[in-house]
Amino acid sequence: MWRDGALVAGKDLRIEARSRVVLNQVAPFGLVVLVLFAFALGPSPAPLTNAAPGLFWVSVLFATVLAVQRSVAVESSEARDGLRLSGLDPAGVFLGKTLAVAAELAALEVILAVGVVLFYGVVVHSLWALVAACVAGTLGLAAAGTLYGALAGGLRVRETLLPFLLLPVVAPVLVAGTRAWQSALGSGGGTGGSGDPWLRLLCVFAAVYLALGVVIFGPLQEAS
Amino acid sequence: MTLSTADAPTAGRVVPKWTRRRTWTVRILGIAALVSIVCTVWLGLWITPPDKVQHQLVRLLYIHPPIAWVALYCAFGIAALASILWLWPRTRSPLWDRLAASAVEVGAVFTALTLVTGSIWGRPTWGVWWAWDARLTSTALLFVMLLGYLALRRVPSDADTRSRRCAVAALIAAVDVPIVHFSVDWWKTLHQGATVLNANLSPTVHGSMAWTLLLGFVAFTLVFAWMLAMRLRIETLEQALEGAELDEALHERWAEGDASVGASARRTEPAEAAP
Repeated sequence: MWRDGALVAGKDLRIEARSRVVLNQVAPFGLVVLVLFAFALGPSPAPLTNAAPGLFWVSVLFATVLAVQRSVAVESSEARDGLRLSGLDPAGVFLGKTLAVAAELAALEVILAVGVVLFYGVVVHSLWALVAACVAGTLGLAAAGTLYGALAGGLRVRETLLPFLLLPVVAPVLVAGTRAWQSALGSGGGTGGSGDPWLRLLCVFAAVYLALGVVIFGPLQEAS
Repeated sequence: MTLSTADAPTAGRVVPKWTRRRTWTVRILGIAALVSIVCTVWLGLWITPPDKVQHQLVRLLYIHPPIAWVALYCAFGIAALASILWLWPRTRSPLWDRLAASAVEVGAVFTALTLVTGSIWGRPTWGVWWAWDARLTSTALLFVMLLGYLALRRVPSDADTRSRRCAVAALIAAVDVPIVHFSVDWWKTLHQGATVLNANLSPTVHGSMAWTLLLGFVAFTLVFAWMLAMRLRIETLEQALEGAELDEALHERWAEGDASVGASARRTEPAEAAP
């Protein structure tokens, strides 16, 4: 399972390294979203600084939709059949695709986090807490995204259906990630409190969707 | 109340009719639902006294929590259970798929009603149509998830693929329900203190009000069961009809291909094929 996972992740990341779609299109899109938020919330820095954690995670959610769509798009219908016929463990395929999406998202988050610090003027109190929330949140987003990506994979209405299905389900990541970041940044009007319960929730979300994916990806692959 | 299947074109497959017993069971269920709803309305509007704090508004108590109970527990529970039963190879049957779809569809109606009645109650008591309360938020998210399932179901594909896809989607969403519940619960408790909603629910319900509330729960559960049975029947008929139409179209094409059959004969083909 792990070896198959590494193979699939390597393949997806190699495709990304050669095509650079996520880096050249999704990352700039994320930055555009950050700039649009700044336009919407006005030129004074206070609202932006307060809302920075939430805006960061909303941008990450939008980028997740695009990254997952890219991850599905690289498997055209022939490639999907090839993957199915290759004899790779479905759980391994799931883990591989999840890890590839997570790696791409992690790179995006670094870019977005730098953007948030530069544009919104936030001060980082605890870098460790920020990184921990990002790692757990990203794994959960990638796992849920890969599941829904496989679900909507063969459909002609994939582009419109995927965000509708995925975004409500990952709403807890937005809530928990935002709160964890608020406590790590010390923003949010003093209501941040300890970020630990939120970090735990992010870990639970990631663990639940990784486990569900490992179990359910086999039957799901047959449907697409 | 019973759906006649006699006039459905059944070129290739026979639509199973409801047995007499099943027809009567559903009919009695429907009558019981109607009677209990009428009793709830009568008790709720005329017999029970107005509340000390909420006055006439308290009468929403007899419909809002029962509708929410049906939407959040009955419908979603049945949909999740039926999806698991479909995915489990040993218990796989098209019935589970149809049951899950019917439960989600009826559940979506009840969830929408929960939001609407809650909103109507919220406007005079809290002064706003919508508050970012934990329960409201999680119900709204659940509603969107149900709509997502229904959207997925409408995507045309062959029956087995669709069943598999929908069962997995229901399972992914069902796993999320407790996480959503906890996250918005903590979110709310961290964000704002005790809401008006809690204060409203704190007066203990007793006497005729308690009985009416209990009757409300029974009434709406019966309505849900009846609607579910009817929706399941319609789903079965729809699927049978789809198959029959396909067969009919095939017969027509075959008839066209036959050089000796003229245009008039093609028109009579479905009638000949029907029993």
